[in-house]
Amino acid sequence: MSRIGVAFDKARADGRAVLVGCMPAGFPTVEGSIAAMKAMVAAGVDVIEVEIPYSDPVMDGPVIQRASDIALAGGVRTRDTLRIVEEVAATGAPVVTMTYWNPIERYGVEAFARDLAAAGGTGLITPDLIPEEAGEWLAASDAYGLDRTFLVAPSSTDQRLAMTVEHCRGFVYATAIMGVTGARSQTSQAAPVLVSRVREVTDLPVGVGLGVGTGAQAAAVAGYADGVIVGSALIRCLFDAPDETTALAALSTLSAELADGVRHPTP
Amino acid sequence: MSAPAALPDAAGHFGRFGGRFVPEALVAALDELAAAHRAAMADGTFRAEFAGLLQDYAGTPSRLYEARRFSARAGARVLLKREDLNHTGAHKVRNVLGQALLTRRMGKKRVIAETGAGQHGVATATAAALFDLDCVVYMGQVDTERQALNVARMRMLGATVVPVTNGSRTLKDAMNEAMRDWVANVDDTHYLIGTAAGPHPFPALVRDFVRGIGDEARAQCLELTGALPDAVTACVGGGSNALGIFHAFVDDPQVRLYGFEAGGEGVTTGRHAASITGGSTGVLHGTRTFVLQDADGQTVESHSISAGLDYPGVGPEHAWLHDTGRARYLPVTDDEAMAAFELLCRTEGIIPAIESSHALAGTLAVAGKLAAELGREPTIVVNLSGRGDKDVHTAGGYFGILDGESA
Repeated sequence: MSRIGVAFDKARADGRAVLVGCMPAGFPTVEGSIAAMKAMVAAGVDVIEVEIPYSDPVMDGPVIQRASDIALAGGVRTRDTLRIVEEVAATGAPVVTMTYWNPIERYGVEAFARDLAAAGGTGLITPDLIPEEAGEWLAASDAYGLDRTFLVAPSSTDQRLAMTVEHCRGFVYATAIMGVTGARSQTSQAAPVLVSRVREVTDLPVGVGLGVGTGAQAAAVAGYADGVIVGSALIRCLFDAPDETTALAALSTLSAELADGVRHPTP
Repeated sequence: MSAPAALPDAAGHFGRFGGRFVPEALVAALDELAAAHRAAMADGTFRAEFAGLLQDYAGTPSRLYEARRFSARAGARVLLKREDLNHTGAHKVRNVLGQALLTRRMGKKRVIAETGAGQHGVATATAAALFDLDCVVYMGQVDTERQALNVARMRMLGATVVPVTNGSRTLKDAMNEAMRDWVANVDDTHYLIGTAAGPHPFPALVRDFVRGIGDEARAQCLELTGALPDAVTACVGGGSNALGIFHAFVDDPQVRLYGFEAGGEGVTTGRHAASITGGSTGVLHGTRTFVLQDADGQTVESHSISAGLDYPGVGPEHAWLHDTGRARYLPVTDDEAMAAFELLCRTEGIIPAIESSHALAGTLAVAGKLAAELGREPTIVVNLSGRGDKDVHTAGGYFGILDGESA
């Protein structure tokens, strides 16, 4: 079982959900993103999701778009992402990579799988890759023992849901709402329904992302899902602060609040 | 209207190109659209309604006009497919009428669109008014500035124009924003994509709606000259007008197909929008095709004097036609396009769109070689895909003929 599977199993045994925190590689700088991710781990984030910045992130809302633009303007490369994965994985926390497909295709699917495995990454979350187009990735992830997290959505038919989770390994990513990333004031009504539909077709853990930004929301999602995925709200801590020390303090505070939330699932 | 062509396959692939690289949330809507497209193309009532709208509302078939004075300069018998005379001034009205009919058939009440030059936005706003649909058009902020007149036209027609301020603030970013809107509103909204690109079924669907251009041109050329043309030429941005005119000729091996990409300041300068001649295979906006990208797969900003060609990708069927060698793709620089623009103005009294001027310039460039190869004057059908009224400001600036403004 992958390190992510172990984390989910342990959390399940403890009666809580796993907290997955997302940060774009190279935002605000390569070193800054490593510091941010380490601070998140120290404050109780269980799994780090490193997003490879991409020029055309159609699944992402304004916060991640801006962060990605800043990372790219700073010159971050795909190989920097691998170094970030390696440094953060050294903390012991499982590190999964989220990426749009073109950077991987450009790097070489097999080569990226090899280098990601060597860096200690657990696998990929692929927001714009559906299993039908994933032949090369299915083979490469098998060859290097990497997890595959495809997305399921409220609009997925039962047939697609079953087909998609059949190709997943590690965990399934359920998009809570029909929309892009970004914290929202209300949590989704569609997400619990989607999670229970996923549970009918797989024993894999289910993480819920899109729109979660507070401890209370994390607790609510933890009430029905195995994992709570938070991105934009954490990233915003780095935008809002006047300097790095303040930013990391805010990031740690929010991480701890979310970590507390996943430990107190709302029934 | 002819039956859809054999490609793409059921999953939307043209050889190694095409397919679907989209968030799972959109797959259900794409499946719904593909089913609606298939059913519509097989439905005589739909086809009759579409044909009726094209004729009575859009003003097609567009004429095939023998441009004698331009021909003399080109050294070829140049026949212009006058898509510029269609309602809204370009070939794009064909696609939007087809998709608006599909939107109504699917029971959706709202359309969204991306636009570069504004031609597709105007066409979409037009169809939305006609079909009583809510309409939001995403347009890169840079483009709203260089095509201010079209922004006003869209607003007059009742559309909401949203200037897109992220990324390079051009067509590709408008497409990103339209995709984001679509993911969030897919239940009641159709994404009325403006070119033969994007995820399956868009490339096939758009092609099927614009292929009347070639069907008409083929029959008109046979009637006018008694033979098929030696070559058919078109400009290629995303590539809908080129596919539209190419398709009827794909199975005529003696007819050469030329697509002219926007070479901007020159392909070697890196400042261009020639995805096939200057790009590489990649995934952009839901499809695998040729893309302008850096070593890490980040999309590189495109450059063209023509807003409508200023896009760093190309429809996947063009990528496939290039791969198979059936069509040839060549770059045309800004300067070459503007020289052809001026030549058509002065020889024929027709102000072409700067997009279409790339097709004219490319035609001038290949006519001589073609004549040498054939040992006679070649007959070339050029898709004059749009009129140049929207480009008067850009062209006036380029030629330095705007009073009271520096060029």
